[in-house]
Amino acid sequence: MILSNLEAVPGKTIVEHFGLVQGNTIRAKHIGRDFMAGLKNVFGGELKGYTELLSESRKEAVSRMREQAESLGANAIVNIRFSTSSIAQGAAELYAYGTAVKVE
Amino acid sequence: MVEFIIILVLVVLGYIFGRLAEKRHYNSILEREKNTLQTQMVTLKTIPNTIDVKNSFLVTANVVISIDYFKRILAGLKNIFGGRITSYESLLDRARREAVLRIKELAIRHHASAIYNVRLETASISRSARKSVGSVEVLAYGTAIVTDEIHRKAAS
Repeated sequence: MILSNLEAVPGKTIVEHFGLVQGNTIRAKHIGRDFMAGLKNVFGGELKGYTELLSESRKEAVSRMREQAESLGANAIVNIRFSTSSIAQGAAELYAYGTAVKVE
Repeated sequence: MVEFIIILVLVVLGYIFGRLAEKRHYNSILEREKNTLQTQMVTLKTIPNTIDVKNSFLVTANVVISIDYFKRILAGLKNIFGGRITSYESLLDRARREAVLRIKELAIRHHASAIYNVRLETASISRSARKSVGSVEVLAYGTAIVTDEIHRKAAS
């Protein structure tokens, strides 16, 4: 599966479109990480726990999108976009979407 | 009185450690930026015909950075008078440059020579019930391309 956020796959031609594919995941932070984050909020600096949490969640969203594309018979997803929105206190939705295509 | 002392201690701790952390981070950013200069970052959506693309893949990287207590208090004060909040400017600058560096390093590890359609997205991660912005997440993503020339160099 080729993933790209360009409008086409470089060096290949699109032969079939399958439309929009998407994947999302909603994650809440857990207490241990929140405690460390509380400390870091005094000293400043990177919150590694959150960075990992969000990147794992985003991977999950991408893999859901990929599964959907596979079930349609696509071999690439183009024009991928990511978006993040906080829906509830301490929870965030990570969303990935793109167009499933078949390339040659 | 006790509360006041606690806040004062937090401000002093935040000032000392925050400054140290920021200085260290900027030093590391500047050094890594120098080391990754060969990778082109492009916001174009199309790749020029003259470039022979062998392979392409999506690269994403994120970073969450928190502001220190001293700067948050400072920003709170600035909210009264208005004007530039330089403490938040440096926070976002650090986060963006770090995220961009991470996708660059990811691309270099996979022998890519350029990243096209680079996009940056910012989300604030607010803490608890208070509305203050404690930390920001920056996500950088783009399509890394492997060209013939680089590929051969990596193989040899």
